[in-house]
Amino acid sequence: MIKCDIHKNLHGAVDKMKLDIDLTIDRRSFLAIYGASGAGKTSLLKILSGLMKADSGVISFDDTLWFDNEMKIDLPPQKRSVGFVFQEYSLFPNMTIKGNLEYALRKGDSKKTIDELLDIMQIKNLAESYPKNLSGGQQQRVALARAVVQKPKLLLLDEPFSALDDALRSQMQEYILKIHNRYALTTIMVSHNKSEIIRMADRVIELENGKISEDEEPSHLFQIKKLKVNALVLNIDRDQLKIEVDLTGISNFVKVGLDQIEQIQVGDTVTLEIEYSGGKVTVEGAVLVL
Amino acid sequence: MFDWDPILLSLKLASVTTVILLILAIPIAYWLVYSRFKFKAVVEAIISLPLILPPTVLGFYLLLAFSPSFFTGSILNSLFGTSIAFSFFGLVVASVIYSLPFMVHPIRSGLSNLPESYSDVSKVLGKSKLTTLFKVLLPNIKPSLLTGIVLAFAHTLGEFGVVLMIGGNIPSETRVASIAIYDEVESLNYASANTYSLILLVLAFIILLLVSSYNRNYLSRFWK
Repeated sequence: MIKCDIHKNLHGAVDKMKLDIDLTIDRRSFLAIYGASGAGKTSLLKILSGLMKADSGVISFDDTLWFDNEMKIDLPPQKRSVGFVFQEYSLFPNMTIKGNLEYALRKGDSKKTIDELLDIMQIKNLAESYPKNLSGGQQQRVALARAVVQKPKLLLLDEPFSALDDALRSQMQEYILKIHNRYALTTIMVSHNKSEIIRMADRVIELENGKISEDEEPSHLFQIKKLKVNALVLNIDRDQLKIEVDLTGISNFVKVGLDQIEQIQVGDTVTLEIEYSGGKVTVEGAVLVL
Repeated sequence: MFDWDPILLSLKLASVTTVILLILAIPIAYWLVYSRFKFKAVVEAIISLPLILPPTVLGFYLLLAFSPSFFTGSILNSLFGTSIAFSFFGLVVASVIYSLPFMVHPIRSGLSNLPESYSDVSKVLGKSKLTTLFKVLLPNIKPSLLTGIVLAFAHTLGEFGVVLMIGGNIPSETRVASIAIYDEVESLNYASANTYSLILLVLAFIILLLVSSYNRNYLSRFWK
């Protein structure tokens, strides 16, 4: 269990702000941090990892004190067993992909972990390449693999998908969930993306001006009854009365009425009404609005 | 009369100075980039002084500092057993001070241009500052290191005022090429002055040519 009760004065881009966070996180949970930019999300991750020092407060992980300003305890990031994936991937350009992962290895640790990670992240064929030759999605996977080489207790993700397109996003989400479960991690992810949070996290906090304004199950925080979305028609199946549409990079089949199917053509953009229930989108129940 | 000694002495001085500077400048540049010391600006100004100070001014004060009648000079002299003014060792000390900014500045700008997250990542991965410096930071600023090495070497090679002030003109000890040229011209030996000059010119050209072709290769390897 992570206990984090910290205060820090931040000098933001616009004005000063006080970060006041009192948070308890269960082991193996997946927490998302949501909020406008400048609300203190990244600062909170940096304080948890030890890269930034809180002015006062206590941080503990299970029975280990990471930070206690009264007892003058401040474990350096090197000793906190944290994995951190930064917004910019920050792979070391002078090392190969394998080199990047090996650098992360602790002295005396087996290289088996690296092979396993290369496998899980499907980057085995890139092992000898240099980061500059990789696409954004590939670099992100390497960065994620590198962050978990040491099997950290806590994985911190700072908007890990912000530079990826939607198709890669959903792929990365799967990789992260795989890693999260495989290594029994406690994961904290900063994200702006509601669907991502609903899909991945089991709890979400919203930060506003350095304070926690909401602390909810993701589906509750973002509960929307019905949503209208635009989708591109990829295919029309006139026999089955179905159309195949592109919804944020994933193709889905939507049932349509006989009179509706006459009016659409492949390549049209149509409006769909989609229901949210329990935080999940049910595309099956989508209704075409004409 | 032309002899090779001044040229060799110049090369020796430049090489020794460059090696010492490389060892000194890396920690200084690192400190300048990462320290939160209040009076960092003062230190920066002191390091950059040789850039604008007339070499004779620096030479003059070094001469005073090396003089046995000064406490610094007497300490240095008793430390090394001999007077360091008008010696090769004195020249090395002076060159190191004189060329310091030429080594520090490229390395500093190289380091400060690296994304901050490189050292953050390395820290979170449990690596010490030293490991981070040698395995991550320095290998990624190779072009800056090379620039620093070449500038410091070339600057020392072309040094005249400081050498004249504290080195004098002792053959095989402090008579470097630039001094020899001046000396030959003074004694109207234009032919050997020309030989020295030509050698320095060609040397400078070759160094720069090597650097630029190395950098091109380096960069193309990087971008391919």
